[in-house]
Amino acid sequence: MTTRSIPDAKDLEAPTRPAGSSASSTAPRDARGTGASSPRRRSVAWLGFTPFAAYVLLFLAIPAVIAVASGFFSASGSFTFQNLQAFADPTILKAFQGSLLVSLVSAVLGAVIGALVCFALLGTKAEGFLRTVVDAVSSVLAQFGGVMLAFAFIATIGFQGFVTLWLKSTFGFDINSDGALLYKVPGLIIPYTYFSIPLMILTFMPAMEGLKATWGEAAATLGATRRQYWIRIAMPVLAPAFFGSLLLLFANSFSSFATAAALLSQGGIVPLTIKQQLTSETILGVANTAGVLALGMLVIMVVVMFFYSLLQRRAARWQR
Amino acid sequence: MSAVPLTSVAVEPTTEPAAPAPRARRAPRVGAEHSRLARVVILTLVGLVFLVPIVAMFEFTLRTSGKPGVYSFAHYASVLHPDAAAGVDYTPLFQGIQNSLLICVITVAIVLLLLLPTMLFVELRYPRLRRVLEFVCILPITIPTIVLVVGFVPVYQRVAAIFGSAPWTLAFAVGIIILPYAFRPIATNIQAFDLVTLSEAARSLGGSWPVVIWRVILPNMRRGVISAVFLAVAVVLGEYTIASFLSQTTFQTALLLISQQDPYVATIFALAALIFAGILLVVIGRFGAIRPGDRERRAAARLARASRRTA
Repeated sequence: MTTRSIPDAKDLEAPTRPAGSSASSTAPRDARGTGASSPRRRSVAWLGFTPFAAYVLLFLAIPAVIAVASGFFSASGSFTFQNLQAFADPTILKAFQGSLLVSLVSAVLGAVIGALVCFALLGTKAEGFLRTVVDAVSSVLAQFGGVMLAFAFIATIGFQGFVTLWLKSTFGFDINSDGALLYKVPGLIIPYTYFSIPLMILTFMPAMEGLKATWGEAAATLGATRRQYWIRIAMPVLAPAFFGSLLLLFANSFSSFATAAALLSQGGIVPLTIKQQLTSETILGVANTAGVLALGMLVIMVVVMFFYSLLQRRAARWQR
Repeated sequence: MSAVPLTSVAVEPTTEPAAPAPRARRAPRVGAEHSRLARVVILTLVGLVFLVPIVAMFEFTLRTSGKPGVYSFAHYASVLHPDAAAGVDYTPLFQGIQNSLLICVITVAIVLLLLLPTMLFVELRYPRLRRVLEFVCILPITIPTIVLVVGFVPVYQRVAAIFGSAPWTLAFAVGIIILPYAFRPIATNIQAFDLVTLSEAARSLGGSWPVVIWRVILPNMRRGVISAVFLAVAVVLGEYTIASFLSQTTFQTALLLISQQDPYVATIFALAALIFAGILLVVIGRFGAIRPGDRERRAAARLARASRRTA
């Protein structure tokens, strides 16, 4: 009897609803509540979501809505589209251009180099020490960096940086001859690539591992060379995952703030412009131009993430 | 088909004996497998490039200001004995570290007491809501932190009215941005064992729900929960955007502040934090790699090695 009552008591499928309630009358065990057996209990069970839902609502939904909505209100609090004119402002346009440039270049560099590293890691044991270290270092550099990476690069290619001095003394070449490379928007590409590569390794490795050995063997039996295997089989299979990861790198660079904030005091990329807006005009704590910029970023992110999910779905076809 | 041996397209002649050769000596390279040389070259090259900024940081901390080429550990000593006369004050840094650690504790509590129970609840009672929960938890990756911050500023005016504007209140905001990092390992872990069957079995043996969760479910979730917690800690310690906009002193904001007074000590702390986080994650990585039965196997291997040495 116990075994029979369980599927009902589990009550995972809604269609078993009437059966579930009848089971509760026949099976005494259910009184202790293996599952939500009566309609009343079921509605009470929903309350289980309350704490998490309230938290997400308060700290995710509301801030996100405020951020976007604030762009549509004037300083006096009336609804307006006026703020959208900010997109005609040359400095703001430049900031978007700067952000797009830095994110795109660092994403492409990161994706290509990261994919090469994944390729190199292919033959290693997934649970081995090398892989663990690569994973750990990748997570640290991809997620944890921020301000600290800025320091690292000041120490490397800043005016008195390790590499700067070395290049100067050995080759007489000054990488900072046109002013500090690191403190300009294109200079951001270097640290951004530095944290993009580890992110690529983390996101692309599962796809690389998904390449079935049998496909290679099948191709080989049919007489394909390794070159043919890569061009005809592996690359088409990996392409969705590769471009998906590339989009993720782009999104990550596009939204990152800490490294740039530690390096540049001026604007030049969108997050820094938002910072300027927020710190300069904090009328009632709602900076409206910041809201418009936030909206602009969000639109770009939504587009990127839409394509990302499309590519993920395609990529998933070849996995497992 | 099976009559055609794989070696028909062998790159090297198949002089190896057909006897069960160990995997490492598989003669023809088929499929994605690359040569050992390629692996060593790529990994060494990229590894070295990645090491350069870290080494540069270390070299920087050893420098003596104004005297190129003179290296010492003087700056390391000054962390403990700051030169008060020179107006150097590291208290914000230590304050920031304290605040960050407190935020870590609360954020971990959010993961363990809010996210984890909700995920288990969905899995056990409303599995069809799995996608919804996943969507919500992954969402913060899509919304740049800086965008959320624009919305946090007004929200925190209310929060400050209720809880005061103490640094620990940041944990609520940070808890949101770590959701994706905490969600993934826990979700993967849930997929990896038969949660529903196990809990049904435990229930039918008479266990109450708290007992089932504590004695049956949580022990199976150790790997996922530990990774989630450690990742959360790493992200919290590295969080800068929210703290800087809500004008709180955390480790990262203090680091930037101190770097204007004493770049050497700021770099020492940055380096230490990077290394600490790296070690932390290697530890979880190894933890994750340990499978049930591994310990016995490893103990056996150790025993075998020891006996070989003594023999």
